[in-house]
Amino acid sequence: MNDLLRTILFLPRQASTIAEAIDKLHYFVIIMTMGGALLVTLIGGWFLFRYRRTAVQKDPSRRMLGTTPAIWLEAVVVLGLFGMFIMWWVIGFWQFMAIRVPPENALEIYVTGKQWMWKFAYPQGANSISTLYVPAGRPVKLILTSRDVIHSFFVPDFRLKEDVVPGRLTTLWFEVKEPGRHDIFCTEYCGVSHSTMRGEIIALSPEEYERWQQGKSPGPAVAGPLDLRPSVVTEYEPPEPVNMVRQGERAAAEQGCLRCHTLDGTPHLGPTWAGLYGSTVPLEDGSRVKVDEAYITESMMDPLARIHAGYQRIMPSYLGLIRPADTSAIIELMKSLRDVRPKPGAQAPWGTVTIPETREGGQ
Amino acid sequence: MSQATIDADTRPGALGVGAEHPDYLRADSGLRSWLLTKDHKRIALMFYVGVILFLGLGGTFALVLRTELLTPEQTFIDANTYNQMFTLHGITMVWLFMIPAIPTVFGNFVLPIMLGAKDLAFPRVNLASFYVYVLSAIILLGAMLAGGADTGWTFYVPYSTTSPTAVTWMGIGIFVNGISSIMTSVNFIVTTHTLRAKGLSWHRMPLFVWASYGTSIIILFATPVLGMSLLLIAIDHTFGLSLFNPRFGGDPVLFQHLFWFYSHPAVYIMILPAFGVISEVVCSFSHNKPASYRAIAYSSLGIAFVGFFTWGHHMFVAGLSEFDAGVFGALSMFVAIFSAIKVFTWVATLRGGSISFATPMLYFLWFLFLFVFGGMTGVAVATQSLDVHWHDTYFVVAHFHFIMVGGTLTAFLAAAHYWFPKMFGRLYDERVGLLTSVAVFIGFVFTFLPQFLLGNGGMPRRYFTYPERYQWLNVLSTGGAWLLGAGLILALGNLLVALKWGKRAGPNPWGSRSFEWITASPPSKHNFEETPEIERSAYEYTLSEEVARERAKAR
Repeated sequence: MNDLLRTILFLPRQASTIAEAIDKLHYFVIIMTMGGALLVTLIGGWFLFRYRRTAVQKDPSRRMLGTTPAIWLEAVVVLGLFGMFIMWWVIGFWQFMAIRVPPENALEIYVTGKQWMWKFAYPQGANSISTLYVPAGRPVKLILTSRDVIHSFFVPDFRLKEDVVPGRLTTLWFEVKEPGRHDIFCTEYCGVSHSTMRGEIIALSPEEYERWQQGKSPGPAVAGPLDLRPSVVTEYEPPEPVNMVRQGERAAAEQGCLRCHTLDGTPHLGPTWAGLYGSTVPLEDGSRVKVDEAYITESMMDPLARIHAGYQRIMPSYLGLIRPADTSAIIELMKSLRDVRPKPGAQAPWGTVTIPETREGGQ
Repeated sequence: MSQATIDADTRPGALGVGAEHPDYLRADSGLRSWLLTKDHKRIALMFYVGVILFLGLGGTFALVLRTELLTPEQTFIDANTYNQMFTLHGITMVWLFMIPAIPTVFGNFVLPIMLGAKDLAFPRVNLASFYVYVLSAIILLGAMLAGGADTGWTFYVPYSTTSPTAVTWMGIGIFVNGISSIMTSVNFIVTTHTLRAKGLSWHRMPLFVWASYGTSIIILFATPVLGMSLLLIAIDHTFGLSLFNPRFGGDPVLFQHLFWFYSHPAVYIMILPAFGVISEVVCSFSHNKPASYRAIAYSSLGIAFVGFFTWGHHMFVAGLSEFDAGVFGALSMFVAIFSAIKVFTWVATLRGGSISFATPMLYFLWFLFLFVFGGMTGVAVATQSLDVHWHDTYFVVAHFHFIMVGGTLTAFLAAAHYWFPKMFGRLYDERVGLLTSVAVFIGFVFTFLPQFLLGNGGMPRRYFTYPERYQWLNVLSTGGAWLLGAGLILALGNLLVALKWGKRAGPNPWGSRSFEWITASPPSKHNFEETPEIERSAYEYTLSEEVARERAKAR
């Protein structure tokens, strides 16, 4: 039944764990829509026929002048409809939350959209362009941003889509059921070559994925229909894996982050990064916040919005000054330091410091 | 000219109110008398010519688009031209045809007559609104020639502010166009409040007036927001203000909020007048009063109100919070409820009537199917988990064309046929009218039904090239578009022929009880020499023709 309806409705394969449930709601909604429209039209058509003027003139008893129409019937039907719409909403919202909230153990991959290609950066090392390699059977969380205009990351086989907005990080997660190849489309109009901004997700078995990460190309051809060839061929064959943590250290040094932040837990002008990621820190206004990607990114782009209690308001904004890849790399660096124990007293600020004459760390 | 459409109880020989005076077409002559006219009926005709021209232009753009999509790779235009075409198609159709179409043509023409007034409250403002419309059209056409725009009609930043095309002038053109809409809507609101005939209480007014009133309220509240956002875009584009550019601390999503705050209600600006037309057509041709007058009248206002609180459903995947998405999704359901109330009331109105089956009625039948299907797919796309897949695919394109074309355009055609005798005093050929209507419907279904399936299959909108597996559905859609275009041209031809060779209509060929049919066809320059006295509602089909006339005394 599922396959039959899916074929009639031209829905693509159900490659992600959430696709089938969404399609079931889809079938229900579309059948009711089609049925409702047909029913109303047929009733309307039947009335048009039954109460046509020539017939009414022959048989005046059909004419019902001055009778009160059954408004209660209409009220019942409308209430019934409302109940059905609310039911769609409840199911739809429930599924939407499942789509939006990634599991804790998801593998994180950074995605950057630009006119007109997709770039993928893996925390463990490799980068790729246009082709995203993921392990099957394991949740994957994408952290997306754009370098220029708004794009949208759409995988029809997964029933998933999320806009890729410059200046923001958005997320998307999925779990591919089995190895195979799947199209990526850009669905937010982004300029002249919008329709060629396509890519491909190649889901590998966990072992293959491991091999690929070590720089070995994927072994045997992966499953998938032949007409799903990628429209953009992989341009990058990683000669040696680049480590994102190393890249983060380099970026942090170049950008001047390390002039105020330390990596080993030593107190300094800014909070140390040792053990910072994942911890909960107090804010100036007395509330507390968990240090996650969102808070770190916000602190880089708009540092004064929510500042760590007890620190001077000296952090400059990096908005427009730092490349998204470096942002991601710095976050990965901080993640790698989450288990480093800060030195005693490091969580509290380092007494009062004089604000430097020149703003350090910025440009 | 089938006899079935001529109502049995029309008094032969009656010429209608004002027949002793020359009709508005002949009252004055010369180009000057047209260009400087303050007669709402002549202004309506000038708008008529304008919107038909832009329907033709927008339709031509659409046919170019569809023809390009015949093959998966380039067919006959390049990517840049294609992107221009879909942008210009959207801008032309939305602002130069769809929004002004029914209010400025049929609203301008019949609304004052329905109220028993000699003209709108501000005839000069009415004329000015026409010239402002013409000015906006000139600016937009100029911008199309001088660089065009390739941003889509939605002007999403930061793309629109960096696009090398004439985005600034497009924004200004649409801004000016908004001023024209606002002028017309203020006129309608004031006229409805102040110029109703003696005895014409709010609940005796024809339903078309209620719909026009609701539309005018939306235009008044929503259009300034659009004007403001587009001016900001124009400033951003020209001077680099960067309000929406994240590189300088701006927020692109803010623009989407502003844009959809207008553009979602704009959907109801386009469809509410269509509801008004359909209400009139259903009652006039079934010779029945509406099953529930108040349900239809108040649901127009309900839609006008709720329509302002649903804009977020355009942004479920744009980075809106999950909570906001849920709230906007739930609020969107209410619009469907108000629309459902209308649909059921129309169908119930048919029951027990005495229905003459003329072209406008056939358009009503198409409207019923297309609007219900389009509307319910609207509920479907407001269901969040489903929208994630459908958003920005052809499913959405098909959905809003079902509402815009299947709803508004069929109602526009119904109105064009229904009020044709009133406007020009002649009858169109009924058989050709029915045939063209069938062609329009079949063409429409073949154009847009495949697009639902393309969207299900995952084909994104605004794609110049596409994977081969989507081709045959695109071919179907293109064929349908050609048929739709041919049907529309034939329908127009039928009406044009009837202008000269149609049979004389008489004041009330459909046997309607609505007040505009009291007057002669075409009406005299001042509609009524004295303000009429109204002692009945616009839908008293229990009364005989004579009594009905007596209770709406006019001279």
